[in-house]
Amino acid sequence: MSASASTRPDESGADLVLEHVTKEFATFTAVDDLSLTIPQGSFFALLGPSGCGKTTTLRMVAGLESPTAGTIWINGKDVTDTKPYNRPVNTVFQSYALFPHLSVLENVAFGLRRKKVADAREKAQQFLDLVELGHLAERRPAQLSGGQQQRVALARALVNNPAVLLLDEPLGALDLKLRRQMQVELKRIQTEVGLTFVHVTHDQEEAMTMADTVAVMNAGKIEQMGRPEDLYELPRTAFVANFLGQSNLLPGSVVDSGELVGVDVGGARVQLPADRAVSTSGKVLVGVRPEKLHLVAPGEEPQAGWNVLPDAVLTDVSFTGVSTQFRAEVPGLGTLSVFEQNSRGSRAAAAGDTVRLAWDPAYTFGLDGDEDVDDGVTDGDE
Amino acid sequence: MSIAAALSTEASAGPVGGGGAQAQPVRKARLGAYLLLAPGMVYLFVFFVLPIFALLATSLYVKTPGAELGVYDPAFRWQNYLESLGAYYPEILRSFGYALVATVAALVIGYPMAYVIAIRARGKPLLQGLLLVLVIAPFFTSFILRTIAWKQILADEAWVVAGMKFLGILPPDGRLTATAFAVVCGLTYNFLPFMVLPIYANLERMDTRLVEAGGDLYANGPTTFARITLPLSMPGIVAGTLLTFIPASGDYVNSSLLGNNATTMIGQAIDRRFLVTLDYPTAASLSAILMIIILVLVMVYVRRAGTEELL
Repeated sequence: MSASASTRPDESGADLVLEHVTKEFATFTAVDDLSLTIPQGSFFALLGPSGCGKTTTLRMVAGLESPTAGTIWINGKDVTDTKPYNRPVNTVFQSYALFPHLSVLENVAFGLRRKKVADAREKAQQFLDLVELGHLAERRPAQLSGGQQQRVALARALVNNPAVLLLDEPLGALDLKLRRQMQVELKRIQTEVGLTFVHVTHDQEEAMTMADTVAVMNAGKIEQMGRPEDLYELPRTAFVANFLGQSNLLPGSVVDSGELVGVDVGGARVQLPADRAVSTSGKVLVGVRPEKLHLVAPGEEPQAGWNVLPDAVLTDVSFTGVSTQFRAEVPGLGTLSVFEQNSRGSRAAAAGDTVRLAWDPAYTFGLDGDEDVDDGVTDGDE
Repeated sequence: MSIAAALSTEASAGPVGGGGAQAQPVRKARLGAYLLLAPGMVYLFVFFVLPIFALLATSLYVKTPGAELGVYDPAFRWQNYLESLGAYYPEILRSFGYALVATVAALVIGYPMAYVIAIRARGKPLLQGLLLVLVIAPFFTSFILRTIAWKQILADEAWVVAGMKFLGILPPDGRLTATAFAVVCGLTYNFLPFMVLPIYANLERMDTRLVEAGGDLYANGPTTFARITLPLSMPGIVAGTLLTFIPASGDYVNSSLLGNNATTMIGQAIDRRFLVTLDYPTAASLSAILMIIILVLVMVYVRRAGTEELL
């Protein structure tokens, strides 16, 4: 059922390409002019808060929703109007959606039987062994635990050797410990089978642990895409800076340009590498991650060339073992977070102390000054 | 099905009253359960269990020589059963035949109805409610009246007969009233809601994400239906077919209003034996035979359908 036989010669190496894909529902736009290329064999994560359009994107790739506009290509073939059962794509559903009337083995063999694969039972058994559930083949899904059902759902999708494997928050229903275990396991399996995985999640840690490439989605658009390290170290929007980990974002205005841009933040002058800034004139947001900040107690001197914020008053000190987390109130800038490693014992700083905050300018990033400082801030860890 | 569930809770509640501090509340809870059951038990004992025994006793009575019509002596005359079977086996076979055809027809008509209400109209409570009311609406009129209405629908001068003659399905001198066809039509119509409602209740609970999963695993629409939706709705189908087949096989209204002398069903025969010829032993033995056959058929059917696993 080749809806259109046209291929894209320039993208022939790419496994999954979305081109200007838009999905409008009656009352809102879930996905807004999204373009995306996911290379073959990669572990790709779509990360975003609920309602950002990540699941809708996944469902459009699976064929369970059809885009209002745009084109979806898989292996150079236009599949936009192809029915789900004719797409070389399989999904691990959030609810697993295992067939309750079939045995675990028959669940896994379901896709193979539809494709009339000769040794369906043997192949299904082989993939059950891969997820270490070979001994439960004759059970019903209801007789398995949540984690086991999750593995069956994974085996049921993997066994078909799809061009793209879609995972819709597959670890969402598992408890924290099992989730961490499955993250490692999923990564292992992906490396072993070498398929393209597209993983949808709202858990930033999950996305960063597993994926080669993370796309942060917000309000139907991709905010930023890249390697987890790059996204973390150099966020380009306030949303990414806040959604992926924590950030201190300080509103300021550029007073001096050059390779190191001078910025006035609340009366203090800090430096920002020009190549790490979204804009280098007018109003900007100066960003720095909490673990990059250091406390400088009275009597100590910050390292030469570092950015320094004077007159910070500690409002909260919480010792977490590995690190100590401080909240520091800086006049004109609000509250900043500071994480200090306790690698040389914990610091004898208490709430009410006045300190200076210092950091290496190389870790500073600059954002557009018109952005909302709190965009993408989440309450606690989901 | 639900009986099995009740039995299993009973069984698991059994060994709990082991002793110690636990025993007192458990005993109290059990007493409460019996009290809740009591009104129903008493009612069923007086109006179901006693009459059944009366019926079974009557089925073995013997006619008093020279006595008046309708007077019998208590006895154990097992020949009553053989004689009843010998005299009425055509009616018995015909009843089950008609009931079977009507059940299949009700399933073919009723399943799509239940499917549309439960799956297609899902998320539209207003439409769903309206369609359900339409299914139940016939119960607002009397069973007899509705059956008599079918006489009008199938009458010689009505459009159904005219249409069928026009299409050549019915010969020019053919008719539908007072035929087996009319009886089966009446049975199908009258018991259709009993088919639709259990299937609806079953499909209503079905997780439609399983259908999506079927599509994702290379099964097209018909295959997904055959492999997933249909097997998962088996408990509803079993309940619906039982609720249709059992009353249909004992029905006597449809065949007496819509049939002729050659379409007599066992219900009619029992009715006539009881109320017209006052032949109580024969009528009672026929009732017992009907009950036993239905019981055996139902047991074999439920076994066969293998629905215990699904519940």
